[in-house]
Amino acid sequence: MFPPLPNPTVKPTPAQFGEQDLIRRSASNVAPPARQLTPVAKLIDTSKCIGCKACQAACLEWNDLREKVGFNSGVLDNPLDLTPASLTVMRFSEWINPETQNLEWLIRKDGCMHCADPGCLKACPAPGAIVQYSNGIVDFDHDRCIGCGYCIKGCPFNIPRISQVDHKAYKCTLCSDRVAVGQGPACAKACPTQAIVFGTKEEMKQHAEGRIKDLKSRGFKNAGLYDPPGVGGTHVMYVLHHADKPEIYANLARDPRISPIVELWKGVTKYAGLAAMGGFAAFGFLHYLISGPNKVSEEDEKKAEQLTGSDVS
Amino acid sequence: MYAPIRQGTDIAFLLGVIKYCVDNDKVQWEYTKAFTNAPYIVKEGFGYQDGLFTGYDEAKRDYNRSSWDYELGPDGYVVSDDTLQNPRCVWNLLKQHIAIYTPEMVERICGTPKDKFLKVAQMISECSSPTKTMTSMYALGWTQHSKGSQNIRAMAMLQLILGNIGVRGGGMNALRGHSNIQGLTDIGLMSNLIPGYLTIPTEKEPTFDTYMSTRGFKPLRPDQMSYWQNYKKFFVSFLKSMWGPAATPENNFAYDYLPKLDLPGYDILRAFELMNEGKMTGYFCQGFNPLLAFPNRKKVTDALSKLKFLVVMDPLQTETARFWENHGEHNDVNSASIQTEVIQLPTTCFAEDTGSLTNSGRQLHWHWAAGTPPGEAKHDTWIMAQLHLRLNELYRKEGGAFPDAMLNLAWDYKDPEEPSPEELAKELNGSVLETVIDPNDPTKVLLEKGKQVVSFAALRDDGKTASACWIYSGCYNEAGNNMARRDNSDPDETGAFSKWAWSWPVNRRIIYNRASADTNGNPWDPSRKLLWWDGAKWTGYDVPDIAPNAKPGVVGPYIMNPEGTARLFTRGMMRDGPFPTHYEPFESPVVNVIAPKIRGNPVARVFKADMEQFGEASEFPYAATSYRLTEHFHYWTKHSHINASLQPEFFVEISEQLAREKNIQLGGWVRVWSKRGSVKAKAVVTKRIAPLICDGKTVHVVGIPLHWGFIGAAKKGWGPNSLSPFVGDANIETPEYKAFLVNIEPIAGPVA
Repeated sequence: MFPPLPNPTVKPTPAQFGEQDLIRRSASNVAPPARQLTPVAKLIDTSKCIGCKACQAACLEWNDLREKVGFNSGVLDNPLDLTPASLTVMRFSEWINPETQNLEWLIRKDGCMHCADPGCLKACPAPGAIVQYSNGIVDFDHDRCIGCGYCIKGCPFNIPRISQVDHKAYKCTLCSDRVAVGQGPACAKACPTQAIVFGTKEEMKQHAEGRIKDLKSRGFKNAGLYDPPGVGGTHVMYVLHHADKPEIYANLARDPRISPIVELWKGVTKYAGLAAMGGFAAFGFLHYLISGPNKVSEEDEKKAEQLTGSDVS
Repeated sequence: MYAPIRQGTDIAFLLGVIKYCVDNDKVQWEYTKAFTNAPYIVKEGFGYQDGLFTGYDEAKRDYNRSSWDYELGPDGYVVSDDTLQNPRCVWNLLKQHIAIYTPEMVERICGTPKDKFLKVAQMISECSSPTKTMTSMYALGWTQHSKGSQNIRAMAMLQLILGNIGVRGGGMNALRGHSNIQGLTDIGLMSNLIPGYLTIPTEKEPTFDTYMSTRGFKPLRPDQMSYWQNYKKFFVSFLKSMWGPAATPENNFAYDYLPKLDLPGYDILRAFELMNEGKMTGYFCQGFNPLLAFPNRKKVTDALSKLKFLVVMDPLQTETARFWENHGEHNDVNSASIQTEVIQLPTTCFAEDTGSLTNSGRQLHWHWAAGTPPGEAKHDTWIMAQLHLRLNELYRKEGGAFPDAMLNLAWDYKDPEEPSPEELAKELNGSVLETVIDPNDPTKVLLEKGKQVVSFAALRDDGKTASACWIYSGCYNEAGNNMARRDNSDPDETGAFSKWAWSWPVNRRIIYNRASADTNGNPWDPSRKLLWWDGAKWTGYDVPDIAPNAKPGVVGPYIMNPEGTARLFTRGMMRDGPFPTHYEPFESPVVNVIAPKIRGNPVARVFKADMEQFGEASEFPYAATSYRLTEHFHYWTKHSHINASLQPEFFVEISEQLAREKNIQLGGWVRVWSKRGSVKAKAVVTKRIAPLICDGKTVHVVGIPLHWGFIGAAKKGWGPNSLSPFVGDANIETPEYKAFLVNIEPIAGPVA
């Protein structure tokens, strides 16, 4: 057992990290921070997960989000995919092990992996909409998000989702607000089997080692840690009983990498693109001078209301 | 390790494991010989044949159980053969009884592949070593069979022959379905009990003396504690707690005030049968949702519709309170034809209450209210007190057939309108009513009037003490509220945590803990010591069951039994046999291969109309079962938006094979129906529910989760109780929710 973090004090606690600890900021440069925070990580042990969805419930509660009451589509997964409200979902896979002929029920908690080399941040054209702290947390600043969806294209795990209500991108924050005051993520707190634990990345790697040893002793000879080097490692890691076959866990990427187009964007295209954007901005300004500001029609308002109603109930 | 088993065949599996252990000499012999009744001789005349024990009366669906007992010697004690040679000793009768449950027979009945069964049996049998222990943790589904009690017994017997009871990490652990169901049972929830597992008198016990005459509990073996010998002390203290000064030695402590049962009990099935017959016309429903919980929903609706009044006390809106509302196909009733007056009394939920919860480990945890009740919600204690005061007033004014029991009820609470949780807890603990002086030393006060009793050891049968629930005695004594203790120290990491909260009895953490040491008093496993004999007394990490100075080898660990040992053979104490036997569910896809003529449990009570409502496999070929999901809790969490979003819609689970056979699509709509009702659901098609081969026949299973109704945040749906049969366990009447028959077909979904 990994010792759980103690309950917080009821006194207000100042945030232990912030703006001064940024190591990356989308579409901008940051000065190297004066200190290096200890990298943190969440470890998800698929072999201990019972698929209860307490993590999903805790995530919705803590972030004060509400998923709509959907429908059953023939599987236990619900909702079927990540949404702007459901920042994490359980994905259930039924796999017959060809070696033992045993049915293995593989359950993977999906959500942002907090890559050390974050594709979303690299793809993001909005200055400061995506930031990375020196402890490894990749966070979105919704006030700066322009809803372009490039972060989804940049993400090797297909994680962020754009809200139809406010046209902003949403994903797991690793509960940066909780971590800032010495707490672990809400999902880890709610997990009844310690399938989700939180600590420094080093501690999590050590804890994973113990779990992997245990799994190997139980016949899972390919048990291993999922901390993919293609994205520089991640701050959300999995213990997998079959680390040689990550794809059997609801298509977990075998070797995730940032799309070459995004990498290219960081190079030449970025400047070409910026020039083009400058051109469009100039056109926009001219358009404003000639036609005046855009007006919100009654119909637009109605549509917005409908969208609000269907998305957040 | 996964070994599939057909629902309703646990006994065949478990007796198969016991047979495996016996055949392979995987028995904790010293434990079995010394701590169970294995060596005792059973009377001539007892026998078993073709699924029935001696004394069966088919017309009464009952046994004459007189032959199911021990042979007594001239000294009045049970005759024992420690060599286990006597063919009539319990051990040899057991061996004979289980002989039929070979691995091949287990496979035929249970559908468990023989190699998987043998692997499980082999793993379990390793725990016969004194240094290896298995624990059994079962959820309450195991009781939801027409032979549920015998399911539990079969596992307990296995645990006994492995020496796994009374030791660290062992035991039979029920994981109760609600946080405080253990507490409700402890304080007498069942219709035939009063608090502390004392029993309500029956009509055949009109006087105190006739009642007590069958509760002497004389030891059946020399020197045994037979703790129920103290029954009278607990019973009189209970009566004093109920009626205070009105309970006197002259009136046998108001014994006449207690109701006398005319029937074995008023369990829920009988209550609804009586309502349906129009013989029970008022129903108080406190914290239950029978419209979704009790079997044969059609019958439940009919029964509720015949009531004069229904009072629902619940923190939530329940389907039961709205049973008269038409909700289309989800509750298709004719509201105008229902005359039942329904009164809803909103109550508080656990987080708005102060009080204790008793968990499955018998620990009483005190908790404090964390919020104030919303709206008009009131504590259950306030509502009950108001009812009592108003009814009492009516009795005072109008008299009635027998007002004494009501008018004399002790009600000396600081605020009679609402007794406080602390007052009630102190009442359960008990107190001294009259000072008791040591008869040998007049200067010594044994018990001082007005003080809380320290434990049930202080209770008396002369009316000088009161205690509402003897097993809870010690929970709130002069040391204070022991249930509120929060010291989580655990010396030597034994897992006892003996200063955390309080557990009954007398803060004992492992019951029958004397059995953790061998006959000489040395721990079976030196690395997992619990109690041991230090040459002069019992010492260790827990409160011993037996007297601390009782020498090893004399007093047996099973102190509640007059034998001092645990029972592999239960004498006449269970209606359906002294040994468990495999019976099929009342609705089974296959016939009983060991007793083809017997349907279900031969002594389970079945009301006439319900017998006619059992379906046959020819018409209903699929084996259905019910269960909960992790996303929900019963019918509560469908009121919570988040839980509803996590599992929004009623579904049934079937195998890929059955889906193919019936042309059912993943996520498509199906109709599932039994002899008693019909539901519509989405189909979850899964590899997890694979067909079983039982006696050469393919058995398809249909899984039906139970969280949907017609009120709340989730989508409207049904529950398994629309389909399940109106029959219960032969001993305690828990309905057979876990095994029944249905048919299934794909249907077009509702028009969106």
